[in-house]
Amino acid sequence: MRIIWTILVKDLRIEWRSRETLPSMCVFGLLVVFLFNFAFETAREETLRLLPGLLWVAFAFAGVLGFNRSFAAERENGCLEGLALAPIDPSTIFLGKMLANLVFLGVAEAVVIFAASLWYNFSFFPALAWLAAILFFGSLGYAALGTIFGAVAAHTHMREVMLPVLQFPVAFWILILAIDATADALRGAPRVEIAGGVYRVAGVSLIFVVAGFLLFEYVLEE
Amino acid sequence: MTERLSSAAHLYITSVWMTVALYMDFLYAPRELTMGEVQRIFYVHFSLAVTALFGYLLIFLGGVAYLWKRSRAADDFSHACAEVGFVYCCGVLLTGPLWARPVWGIWWTWDARLTSTFILWLLYIAYLMLRAYVTSPGRVEILASVVGIIGFVDAIVDYMAIRWWRTQHPQPVIMGGAGSGLEPRMWLTVMVTWGAFLCLFAYLVRARMALAEARRELRALKRELAM
Repeated sequence: MRIIWTILVKDLRIEWRSRETLPSMCVFGLLVVFLFNFAFETAREETLRLLPGLLWVAFAFAGVLGFNRSFAAERENGCLEGLALAPIDPSTIFLGKMLANLVFLGVAEAVVIFAASLWYNFSFFPALAWLAAILFFGSLGYAALGTIFGAVAAHTHMREVMLPVLQFPVAFWILILAIDATADALRGAPRVEIAGGVYRVAGVSLIFVVAGFLLFEYVLEE
Repeated sequence: MTERLSSAAHLYITSVWMTVALYMDFLYAPRELTMGEVQRIFYVHFSLAVTALFGYLLIFLGGVAYLWKRSRAADDFSHACAEVGFVYCCGVLLTGPLWARPVWGIWWTWDARLTSTFILWLLYIAYLMLRAYVTSPGRVEILASVVGIIGFVDAIVDYMAIRWWRTQHPQPVIMGGAGSGLEPRMWLTVMVTWGAFLCLFAYLVRARMALAEARRELRALKRELAM
């Protein structure tokens, strides 16, 4: 547990000092929302229909950007080898990195949602609790996949291309289920329906967290 | 496997079986009432689809076996299944629209089953691209196994999630065959065709594995010569 915390804090501290990953994720997410706005010229009544998909597409792209950095940074100075050689369970490295990625993605999501709320004149407050739950579970699974695929892609050339090619087909269901649940939450569907959506997102996400947790040690080994 | 059935005999059996299957598809199986002759593509389409899905299961099994035993043959097997399975999956995506156009009036729709087949196709691409792009020497087997395993987990999630999603969507007649009420001669044709495609799959995988082995030997010989 302490090791997970150490790795998480290490990643956050690196980010705090370099300020590279997080700003680029946020800016990228904002650009997606901005472009969508003009691509579709949404009117008030259409906003509700487009917004869930738009938000998750922005999160998905911003996430991939961040996950790429997550292991590229480790590789540059041979830090990955150092981590692999450290006398700790590789699965704890996975959890630490995944949580760091989750924090970055979470911050980027908050920024994007704030901007979307402003630009689309849409209040997220009535559904905020549900939205937080969906964002948490959806991002958790997405970050888990991003962490393990980021580690895999770090060993390829053209890793900026490789990561989305690996990530998107597998993350497809997390995104689709999260979009469905978000749409239900925003339009104020009955409690049971939203809760069902949250459970589904959580279920699929947990499957991938477990898969990443079990397989990460193989990716790391030399 | 090589001792029990020689490669030439396997090829011979495959060709005969395939010919029989073709005969049954076109001449033996009765004409479908509503769809007419175009329905005959179903036998090929179904056989390809089921085998393509089966192929990813084999990649998964090969991946698990590799991570467990580190046997090179397991990885060769996964790689071969991925390449052949990808061709089969392309076949599914090509024969599907050919059939859908006259019957449904459209080439493609994002129906549940079509979507999951398309994702399967993307998973095949991801797996094969990864194998081509890994730079670190000696890592490709491990990384490919990991991706193959996660890909298969995703294929399972796929078939689970597809039921939650668009459940109100009317089920297409795509699987019109496998349901009840299938004519006995059609059933037989389905089974024979599927068997023929499985036999071809096995033959191609074998040939591909032998090729991988030969390449390795060649590389070893070249290295010896260089020294």
